[in-house]
Amino acid sequence: MSKENFIPKILVFSTDKISDPGIDQAGLRKLHYSPAVYVISLPCSSGIKARWIMHAFQQGFDGVFIAADGHECSYSPKCAEHTNTIIVESQVLMKENNISPKRIRMAAICSVCAEPFVNHMENFSRILSELGSISAEKSLVP
Amino acid sequence: MKEKIGVYICHCGGNISDYVDVEELSKMFFAEENVIISKDVMFACADSNQKAMVNDIKENNLDAIVVASCSPKLHLHTFKNVASRAGINPTNYVQVNIREQCSWPHSDKPKDATLKAAGLIRAGINRVSHSESLDNIEIQVKRAVLVVGAGVAGMKAAIDLARLGNDVYLVEKDYFVGGRIAQSEKLFMSGQKGKDIIANLFAQVKSYNNITLFTGATIEKVTGSLGNFHVDINIKPRYIQSNANPTMLKAAMNDCPISVDDEFSFGFKKRKAIYKNYDEACPDVPVVDVEALRDADEFIAKYASCFDFKQQDAVLSLHAGSVLVTTGFDSYQPKEGEFGFKTVPNVVTLPEFNKLMALHPDKLVFNNKAIKSVAFIYCVGNRQAKGENKYCSRQCCTSAIYTSIQLNENYKNITAYHLFRDIRTYGKQEILYEKSSKQGDIYIRYDEKEPPVVSQGAKSILIKVKDFLTSKKELEVEADMLVLVTGMVARDDSKLISEKFKIPIGNDKFFNEIHPKLKPVETVIKGVYIGGACQGPKNISESVQSSLSAAAKINALLKGGTVSLDPIIARVNNDLCVWCGKCAEVCEYTAIKEVEEGDKHIARVNEAICTGCGICAPVCKTNAIEIAQYTDMEIESLIDGFMQEVTLTDNETESHEEAENETLKMKEFPQIWKNILQSIDGGKKNIPQIAEEISVDTDIVTYHVMTMNKYNVVMADGMDEKEASYFYKRKN
Repeated sequence: MSKENFIPKILVFSTDKISDPGIDQAGLRKLHYSPAVYVISLPCSSGIKARWIMHAFQQGFDGVFIAADGHECSYSPKCAEHTNTIIVESQVLMKENNISPKRIRMAAICSVCAEPFVNHMENFSRILSELGSISAEKSLVP
Repeated sequence: MKEKIGVYICHCGGNISDYVDVEELSKMFFAEENVIISKDVMFACADSNQKAMVNDIKENNLDAIVVASCSPKLHLHTFKNVASRAGINPTNYVQVNIREQCSWPHSDKPKDATLKAAGLIRAGINRVSHSESLDNIEIQVKRAVLVVGAGVAGMKAAIDLARLGNDVYLVEKDYFVGGRIAQSEKLFMSGQKGKDIIANLFAQVKSYNNITLFTGATIEKVTGSLGNFHVDINIKPRYIQSNANPTMLKAAMNDCPISVDDEFSFGFKKRKAIYKNYDEACPDVPVVDVEALRDADEFIAKYASCFDFKQQDAVLSLHAGSVLVTTGFDSYQPKEGEFGFKTVPNVVTLPEFNKLMALHPDKLVFNNKAIKSVAFIYCVGNRQAKGENKYCSRQCCTSAIYTSIQLNENYKNITAYHLFRDIRTYGKQEILYEKSSKQGDIYIRYDEKEPPVVSQGAKSILIKVKDFLTSKKELEVEADMLVLVTGMVARDDSKLISEKFKIPIGNDKFFNEIHPKLKPVETVIKGVYIGGACQGPKNISESVQSSLSAAAKINALLKGGTVSLDPIIARVNNDLCVWCGKCAEVCEYTAIKEVEEGDKHIARVNEAICTGCGICAPVCKTNAIEIAQYTDMEIESLIDGFMQEVTLTDNETESHEEAENETLKMKEFPQIWKNILQSIDGGKKNIPQIAEEISVDTDIVTYHVMTMNKYNVVMADGMDEKEASYFYKRKN
């Protein structure tokens, strides 16, 4: 597939109480983003496992975006710190598998952050388009 | 693995089916392995459809269901209840969001939206296939509530909780109840005095036998969890004999030779070493300032029968089912030099100024100077561009304006200058702003980037301010007093309370609720609620509203004697666990403890405390801990579902005319559609006629008739004589 026609597939991890309502808000306001964005909602972004991220890449997702609660997290004031640790661990695994660390991103998305979410998706899609499809990059053992 | 799955895909009137080919999807999933039923339905949430779902589940012995419709935030519980009614465990139900996260954001690309919906639904089927039947966790709860803080919010909540039959332990740190309100004078909008409100509330508290009030009491230790909190409180002594003669006690207060600065009155007056905060302070028992009275041997000997200097701190253990924290706020204390505070004479804060007015009701005098002009600077310590307090306390504008009105009413010929950034007298408080403007108060707006500069002038305070509304022309205001309109900040001891009860604290240092709009008084700690200004700036009315809301929540929680909790909690695989302690280290709620199991040490989760946040799972190096309903199997199966190849039938060859003429073939219309069709009954009727005949609101009938029209179930057939509304008849 040529780079021009390539639409990167993005897996978003959101949070039930804060960022997922923000993503819903984008839909409610009919703000458009790529239909290749899929969302899994969890209680807290600190609960994401590196193995899930690696599984996503293995299955063909071109990027993983963590829509975190940041300082608004109602579970832990250290949520951003914990989530960052998970990303760093994942990036180590990604490097081992020849996957660019640019394929994972995190940003704080609040419950009314409809536009910021759409902007993040547009920017991330652009970055992933430049990187090209994951299938050309990964060396994951299926 | 679930082997008999039912899939329901909702049109949502057209909100979904206008962009997603739900009929094609329902056919596609009907062919899936383990899917017994796959239907597209007009409104999945309609009563008629819910009944049909229950029948389907029972008739086909379904063991799991998937509903692809709107966001789970709207109807998760609706369909969980459907599952329950049909005899399926609600944890064997998965809701797939194909509206907010598919049809609406991708309305520009219908075919892609259909492809994505297929992936989302397939992922939902995968997830429900791996779902476990989990029972809710039942916990016995004690019908007693610990209310921390006996200010106006705490007392009102305590009274309501007691009225509803709960035992209440009301714990106040100070020796007297009332908090900041007791310290305030006349309050907007009612003009009542804070002291009177507190006296009234205290009388009500006293009238309930099931309220136990502890004053001079602090929280020492908290253990347990929802239903069974064990809280140790430390009670400071008053050093007053329990059987002291009231007349003698009053005489002792009057005769006391020692006076110290009265903190309650901001040091503007002195108080005795045996004292109450004010004459009517509640409870009506004074306190002895032992340190101040140390050398007054003669006085102590004279009134020996009143004192008991052997009294010591006492620790008491309380047992409560739930906790309500209403610890209130602190007023912002300006830094030295901030707008001349403590460096220029006659610069005070708003609460100090109000107290000063109360102490000088006839003539306003301060530092031996008769006050003829007063300037107010707004937003001190709040809405800080560079500081930590970014928020607005929103009650201080009205409070300052109300003070200015009293200034005009109580004294003659005092000029008031208001140096503001924005006036926020929302709602009915706007009336006070109008009144202040009409009485001649002068309002000058300044820019946050160029705040007023305060210095000591020859005779009075000199304030230079650039008037934002006249192209920043620099004005000089001379005032005898400068009042800094200070906002609210979180209490000094809020961190301590947060550590005891594990309540999260926000960046603004106030306590954090779960969600400001949807769960405004709940915290992530089950059974711990917050109310009043401890969660953010509020006026009295808003504080009371939030604490009463929390009281109602708590009563609903405790009244049944048991509580049923979602089974979404962490669980440990004993075989894999090698106890490294990492999970316990990251858990904010001390829900994980080390226990001995056979010949090894492992982690154990306290089900009542665990919030199911999942922070513990990624840190486990042996993958021994997971969150129910968020297992590796479930999450990875979702990812697999998203990525599975989907092939859609090419419908684009169908002519538009054909598609338009095709009447929607619904397996079953909603009941209201049937009623509407029955009303039309082969003839034609307009919407008001239908609404009257089926006794349903016109707006609802309009919505449904429009949807029926869209799907070719009915069609317009001319207008009535007045050309006010269309007639509709059945199509075909």
